[in-house]
Amino acid sequence: MIRAEGIFKSFGDKEVLKGIDATFEAGKTNLIIGRSGAGKTVLLKILVGLLKPSSGTIWYDKDNFSLLEGRKLREIRLKVGMLFQGSALFDSLTVQQNVQFPLDMFTNFTYKEKLNRVNECLERVNLENANDKYPSEISGGMQKRVGIARAIVLNPTYLFCDEPNSGLDPKTSIVIDELIKDITIENNITTIINTHDMNSVMEIGENIVFIHDGYLEWNGSRNQVLDSTNMRLQEFIFASPFLQRLRKAALNNH
Amino acid sequence: MYWKETVRQMDDIGIGSLVIVCLISIFMGAVSAIQFAYQLSGQLVPKYYIGYIVRDLTIIELAPTITCLVLAGKVGSNMAAEIGGMRQKEHIDAMEIMGVNTSAYVILPKILGGLFAIPLLVCISALVGILGGYIATVPTEIISDIEYVRGARSFFHPYNVFMMFVKSVVFAFILVSVSCYQGYFVKGGSIELGKASTAAVVYSDILILLADYVIALLLMA
Ligand SMILES: Nc1ncnc2c1ncn2[C@@H]1O[C@H](COP(=O)(O)OP(=O)(O)OP(=O)(O)O)[C@@H](O)[C@H]1O
Ligand SMILES: [Mg+2]
Repeated sequence: MIRAEGIFKSFGDKEVLKGIDATFEAGKTNLIIGRSGAGKTVLLKILVGLLKPSSGTIWYDKDNFSLLEGRKLREIRLKVGMLFQGSALFDSLTVQQNVQFPLDMFTNFTYKEKLNRVNECLERVNLENANDKYPSEISGGMQKRVGIARAIVLNPTYLFCDEPNSGLDPKTSIVIDELIKDITIENNITTIINTHDMNSVMEIGENIVFIHDGYLEWNGSRNQVLDSTNMRLQEFIFASPFLQRLRKAALNNH
Repeated sequence: MYWKETVRQMDDIGIGSLVIVCLISIFMGAVSAIQFAYQLSGQLVPKYYIGYIVRDLTIIELAPTITCLVLAGKVGSNMAAEIGGMRQKEHIDAMEIMGVNTSAYVILPKILGGLFAIPLLVCISALVGILGGYIATVPTEIISDIEYVRGARSFFHPYNVFMMFVKSVVFAFILVSVSCYQGYFVKGGSIELGKASTAAVVYSDILILLADYVIALLLMA
């Protein structure tokens, strides 16, 4: 479980986050949603400690994450996996070397054991036969999947995904969403996903944190989205006329 | 992992710069030999002094300083660009999240590699420089083979070689750490990356020259 308490963040005099309180539970896919520029990436980076909040506290289960430094911080980071918005694969390493990197750094596995684990993870994300390719030689969707494989290779307790399916076709998006959800349940991971993909929201949104204008505007599960009377949420999720008609139809069937 | 990376750096810095260092050193020795021959001509100073002066000049000053100034341009800018690129493409952030001590993992192998490879390069540079002086003066019959060698073997103080090593280690540390710093803390995009790479060279050069002066004061005065 990860808790954010009273998170404020500003860059210069631009306030991006204005007091976010949220709980992200273990074994659930927690979604952070909001318009482009709402501050999702900033919040996620604060949660993993890449950015320091202007004020506020972050709890990783019983550890006050905001106070951790140096070795203690790195110890907890061994339990963290992250998929970056731009994948952030090491471009002079092959796919296999990328996924293997955390194993090289932190385990005493033999080459054979590492290879087995790498292949296991690559299989998990449906990426076989790409081991020897370089990131520049594979498609964006494949890069995302390599990024996921690298994030889960050390069996993380906390998994962060920044827009795991932006730029992917709907079908691949769903595959990736399902994948993240399965991994989350299998290993009881605390998973936090940034997204503005409505399919994801409705398919895997077990705990949704909606950020608008730097405030936490709405918090609930996908089942509560339809019934919610929050206008901003409705506008955000059912942005197109087509989706609005779908919503009406769904409500009538209730 | 750290060891592998350190060896890669040694190879990059050492082998990668060997040709340019040799090239520069040969001319450096040749020009100083010819210039001293010119300055000494018609004076009472014996000719074999050319060998002696070229040797000490190369060992004490030219080899460490010129080599490191050149390496700041070649190796330093390269390091700043490499690390800066990793920073901008979020590679460093990605490692940080994995729990890697990124400043150690990214910078330490470069410092170790530099501290090992650069003094070696300076040694080679000094040797090649003295050889350059020979090539420039002996075949052209400015002085004889015997005189040059006699000069190069006269008044030899091991202390000068010690100074050369002190300088090369200090300069190596300066140029690698300044360049890594510039890369590691780069912000923005490709323009800033270019600027960081330039700043790495400029600041390394200035600091190397300052350190050269300070070391000269400390060890020779
Ligand atoms: N390093 C920074 N310096 C200054 N402002 C920043 C910085 N990082 C983010 N911002 C600002 O914070 C706001 C939120 O950015 P953020 O990247 O979190 O948006 P986002 O919700 O992830 O959007 P998207 O869905 O497009 O990825 C933006 O207005 C951006 O200009
Ligand atoms: Mg974002």
